[in-house]
Amino acid sequence: MRSEAPVVLSLKGVEAGYGRIRALHGIDLEVRAGEIVTLLGANGAGKTTTLKTISGLVRATAGSVTFEGQELVGRKASDIARLGVVHVPEGRHVLRGLSVRENLELGGFTVADPKLRRERLEHAFSLFPILRERQHQDGSLLSGGEQQMLAIGRALMHGPKVLLLDEPSMGLAPKLVLETFRIIRDLNQTGVTILLVEQNARLALKLADYGYVLETGAVRMAGDAETLGASTSIVEAYLGA
Amino acid sequence: MALEPGSPGPQSVVSRPSAWGGLGLLLDTPAKRAAAIVVILAAMVAAPLLGPYAVVILTNALLYTILALGLNIVVGYAGLLDLGYAAFFAVGAYSVGILTTVFGWNFWATIPVAVLAAVCAGIIIGGPTLRLRSDYLAIVTLGFGEIVRIAARNLQITGAASGISGIEQPWLFGWHIAGSTDFYYVFLLLAVIGIFVSVRLARSRLGRAWLYVRHDEDAAEAMGIDRVRVKLAAYIIGAIYGAIGGAFFAVNFTAISPQSFSFQQSTLFLMAVILGGMGKIPGVILGAFIVVLGPELLRDLGSFRYLVFAVGLLLIMLFRPSGIWPSGAKR
Repeated sequence: MRSEAPVVLSLKGVEAGYGRIRALHGIDLEVRAGEIVTLLGANGAGKTTTLKTISGLVRATAGSVTFEGQELVGRKASDIARLGVVHVPEGRHVLRGLSVRENLELGGFTVADPKLRRERLEHAFSLFPILRERQHQDGSLLSGGEQQMLAIGRALMHGPKVLLLDEPSMGLAPKLVLETFRIIRDLNQTGVTILLVEQNARLALKLADYGYVLETGAVRMAGDAETLGASTSIVEAYLGA
Repeated sequence: MALEPGSPGPQSVVSRPSAWGGLGLLLDTPAKRAAAIVVILAAMVAAPLLGPYAVVILTNALLYTILALGLNIVVGYAGLLDLGYAAFFAVGAYSVGILTTVFGWNFWATIPVAVLAAVCAGIIIGGPTLRLRSDYLAIVTLGFGEIVRIAARNLQITGAASGISGIEQPWLFGWHIAGSTDFYYVFLLLAVIGIFVSVRLARSRLGRAWLYVRHDEDAAEAMGIDRVRVKLAAYIIGAIYGAIGGAFFAVNFTAISPQSFSFQQSTLFLMAVILGGMGKIPGVILGAFIVVLGPELLRDLGSFRYLVFAVGLLLIMLFRPSGIWPSGAKR
């Protein structure tokens, strides 16, 4: 059963695209407080575009995105981030030439209280001890897995209410994929709501509470993660796993 | 590269340079501050001893320093390419020229107007353009630079091609700033203020935001930094430097004409910034001095001097692509 918690993030009839190409044709989805919701689907189904539309990097041409009752469509990406909807984009975007610590400090840039910033940095270091060890090294010299931790740590510095994670397992060794998923679960247990885009559908459904399957820019199927995962036909047809 | 991935932590703390490639460290120790004061005092004492010709050249180098520092905020701090920086220089110079000669204003009263005009121009040009990818700014600023020059060349109020002459040199508490040595000291003071402001900006919250936006706009935006506002701030502050430089340029030479604000000028300012090392204040100062003094020191070569100078610049860029001033790490 889906949780009874209040809906924090809701998309209704969202359409968006790049130039004249429409990538989303009316997406409806809901994320409830404390959930892990996963977005699944083949390449080009519109998963990344959905996240980008929520975080304001891509402008919705129709429909509405609401977060805690506030309309997000039309707001600047920086304002949406300040509201607490934080996007960890695909490819991690670790800033080259800046140290691990400076990368983390970027996340805390809008946090005015220095005490809170220190606490969050300490929290990020306790979650990812390797980042503490390497805090003075150039962030781009970290391994793929460490960079993913850095990207998540940076988002945590910002104090997200909802974390949008785009393919956190991409390019990671299998062992690190499991480690990353464990971290996502831990984060969720500290109260962060998560919307997760994943290629690895089986793992994502094991982790998530609820799932949406996208196909060519529309929601094809939705349901409890367990139900979706149990249906072998779904997994084979849409998830290619 | 500063470090190998596996190098030990404590050592890397020491060996790792600051995010500003040494810029933030410019005045951070008493020894460096003392050195800075010695350099300024030396500049005050030495220049008049070198003779009037040297004073004029050095004054010009200081003007270039001010303008290069301003352009460095745009190019070096915020990572924007501005190919029409001379336009702000022109806005400042013409504001002073018109207001003092046509309307009979006092020079000091015209400075706020010159600054305001540059800020407005910065908002008009930067406001819409900075929303686009950075490449567009280069194109628009290139056009803006030419528009300002061509407008100045054709308008009556700017004196058309012959420009404005007879700009009165200012008084300051009974001191008539008129001789070349007087202006040398004025420009020295302006350059020192310009350096001070640049250092403070680099260490400010805004400086931090520029650093992040320069490295990765998307990541900065995703963390709540409004990239358009942050870039516009850099563009406007750069414009203010340009306008102030232009205002004092106008009263120094007492005459201005469109050819002082050509595309070639914009290129020279940009060259000063890139040559010394973008984002590094000592480098930018060095770049400004090279751009001004280089052709002067080669004067004996006659018409070959620009060729030799150009080859020299190419060699510098070939062997030190990130600028002459050392930074220690790839940024």
